[in-house]
Amino acid sequence: MSKTITDVVCPFCGTLCDDLIVTTDDEGKKILGVDNACAIGAEKFIHSSDHSHRVTRPRKMQEDGSFKEITYEEAIEHTAKILVNAKKPLMYGWSSTSCEADSVGHEIAELCGGIVDNTAAVCHGTTLIAVQNVGIPSCTLGEVKNRADRIIFWGCNPAHAHPRHMSRYSIFPRGYFTGKGAKQRKIIVVDPRPTDTTNLADIHLQVEQGYDYELLQALRAAIRGEPLAGDVIAGVPKETVYEAVDVLKSGRFGVIFFGMGVTQSLGKDHNIDAAICLTKDLNDYTKFSIVAMRGHYNVTGSGQVLGWQYGFPYSVDLSRGFARYNPGETGSIEVLKRQEADAIFVLGSDPGAHFPMRCVKEISRLPSVAIDPHITPTTEICDVHVPVAFVGVEVGGNCYRMDNVPIEARKVVEPPEGMMTDQQFLSAVLERVKELKAN
Amino acid sequence: MDTVKLTSKVVPELYLEAEHISPDVFAGKSNQEIGDLSVHMGNQTYKISDYFTVEGKAGATAAETKIVVAGDVSKVKYIGMKMTAGEVEVLGNADMYVGAWMEGGKLLVKGSVDSFAGIAMKGGELIIEGDAKNYIGAAYRGDWRGMQGGKIVVKGNVGSDVGSNINGGTIDIGGNADVHLATHAEGGTIIVRGIAKGRVGGQMVKGDIYCLGGVERMMPSFKYDHTEEIELDGKKMNFQVYYGDLGERHGKKKGEIIYGKIYLTAAQPEGGEGATAVKSERKAKLSEKQLEQLATELKEMKEPSVQNVREYIKKTFGIDLKPMQVSRLIDSLSR
Repeated sequence: MSKTITDVVCPFCGTLCDDLIVTTDDEGKKILGVDNACAIGAEKFIHSSDHSHRVTRPRKMQEDGSFKEITYEEAIEHTAKILVNAKKPLMYGWSSTSCEADSVGHEIAELCGGIVDNTAAVCHGTTLIAVQNVGIPSCTLGEVKNRADRIIFWGCNPAHAHPRHMSRYSIFPRGYFTGKGAKQRKIIVVDPRPTDTTNLADIHLQVEQGYDYELLQALRAAIRGEPLAGDVIAGVPKETVYEAVDVLKSGRFGVIFFGMGVTQSLGKDHNIDAAICLTKDLNDYTKFSIVAMRGHYNVTGSGQVLGWQYGFPYSVDLSRGFARYNPGETGSIEVLKRQEADAIFVLGSDPGAHFPMRCVKEISRLPSVAIDPHITPTTEICDVHVPVAFVGVEVGGNCYRMDNVPIEARKVVEPPEGMMTDQQFLSAVLERVKELKAN
Repeated sequence: MDTVKLTSKVVPELYLEAEHISPDVFAGKSNQEIGDLSVHMGNQTYKISDYFTVEGKAGATAAETKIVVAGDVSKVKYIGMKMTAGEVEVLGNADMYVGAWMEGGKLLVKGSVDSFAGIAMKGGELIIEGDAKNYIGAAYRGDWRGMQGGKIVVKGNVGSDVGSNINGGTIDIGGNADVHLATHAEGGTIIVRGIAKGRVGGQMVKGDIYCLGGVERMMPSFKYDHTEEIELDGKKMNFQVYYGDLGERHGKKKGEIIYGKIYLTAAQPEGGEGATAVKSERKAKLSEKQLEQLATELKEMKEPSVQNVREYIKKTFGIDLKPMQVSRLIDSLSR
């Protein structure tokens, strides 16, 4: 016999699908099957329930580079000491865990006078800068499903990165005012390369790599009926630009989805700034919204928690007892590159695989702790690796979808015996930090 | 005017935040009191005297005080922050936020500075004799008011995002400027004497940008209007005037729409996209003989890193290649 759990939330990407059906064995220990999920999401569930390859106890790196198993108590002591002794610890990650754990982590950072930064620093952080500069006219994905008939995908490839985004929200679903589904929608994709998403597009604006800002400003000028200089705008023929503008203006409700192609290419926050202004301009003619395609399932949540606790969504420097925020100075990459931090704590992220080599070298040089259910390039270079239960699989918790809608992730199976969750581990560290600080 | 001389004793382990190094704070204080002022490193608080020796004498008011900062202060932030009068002279390089939120007085840096120099500046004079990095005279994060007055002079090159949200004052750049010059500008003047890389005046509402060395790639949302003779530094020059940013809102004055203006020296040839395009330096290349020499050298190096090879090329051939070029070179030669 087996048990079936319905309406399970998928803890993989920012789409946070909440209609998964997971089949487990009777004891609720092993996952037998996952329905409705995309290939990546299903793999995350199946993979986590296979305990044979998982590290179940904390490990400490020895002098020869090998790892030796230690107890959770030793790991807590080690982590607390690193953080208390540091002058400016960097606490990075927070995106692949629950909001509850984030909140405890921030309390530790505040006590220790550290920098709290989440993965937005190398992802959609530039979006948040632009939002701070010019505001954001946004909507939820439910509105997109039920109303949108003009969709722009700018610098993102949901066919691979957010596999169920198009079928659940943006292109195919039939909603309240979008009864004809895909037939009713016009899709514009802006991408320098042909991808599986551009194959679905009505108009593919093949922009020259790194010239999104020019194209965005040209679109804005074209919307105002101004003349454009030159026949080819950033690799796109002028006629196509005007054609795209006509398509956008003629819609009833449009949405711009944008991804890392614009947030991390030349211009960064300025690209998003211009995209938001384009949305604002289009609202003179029809209704338009803009939504960021966030990556990690709870990177939005991390920003939300930081937002309500300190007022800033990422790269928050608490070293002087009050919150300061200035990406370019307090962002993880800059801090590591300039050697501004003297300890690093990583939770729910993998900077070892995604940061520039100079920063990764700096991580390996500093006293470090990595908290991650998996073995990753980061855990291999950190002094101590603390394995924890999977949020959304082995423990529940609050998460935020890419459109800032909170969704409660559910527990489907038991974690391996004696394994701590993020929140339990952080609470224990917080307790120990308080003791050390009191002395 | 009385002079206080600060000489750095030790290079800080991390970075030092020294917002008290300003004539406004030093004025009327004895050397003992100045030495007791706080500096911060991470979550720790230290005294100025832990890192600097204090000599000389401070004036009674800020306007009568001059501060000379000697020694290595390339890891010290916030020098001359919020100063309103007096003088500060930094003999070497300085880190971020030099003269940030400055309101008056004179600040001279003989070396180079990092980012955020003179952000949200309201008045005074900030002179940087070396290079400066990004966000010079820009707005602080989230603020819509960048530089509002005063003058910034950078003799060398500057990074990106210079003068974003500028709505007053002058920025004079002796060298080249990276992308995003005067984004969201609502006023003010920027002069680039070298080459401006691109995205000049994006989302600009009002203001003047003079590009004496041309712009590598103009924004498509700027239109050429007319040629005008303008006096700059006492010399009369012909400038092509571009209006924009056409994608942005623009106010009206006496019935006429007021645009942001980019002035290009008229001698530049007309480029392909209706804009004045100037090639910067030609991409540096190695000759075949040099390549052969490099190939034999690479064989001797066991694991050639991009950095090492780049330094080697710079030393032996005197050519500064981009890291990407070097990495391609290594790949092709090792095959």
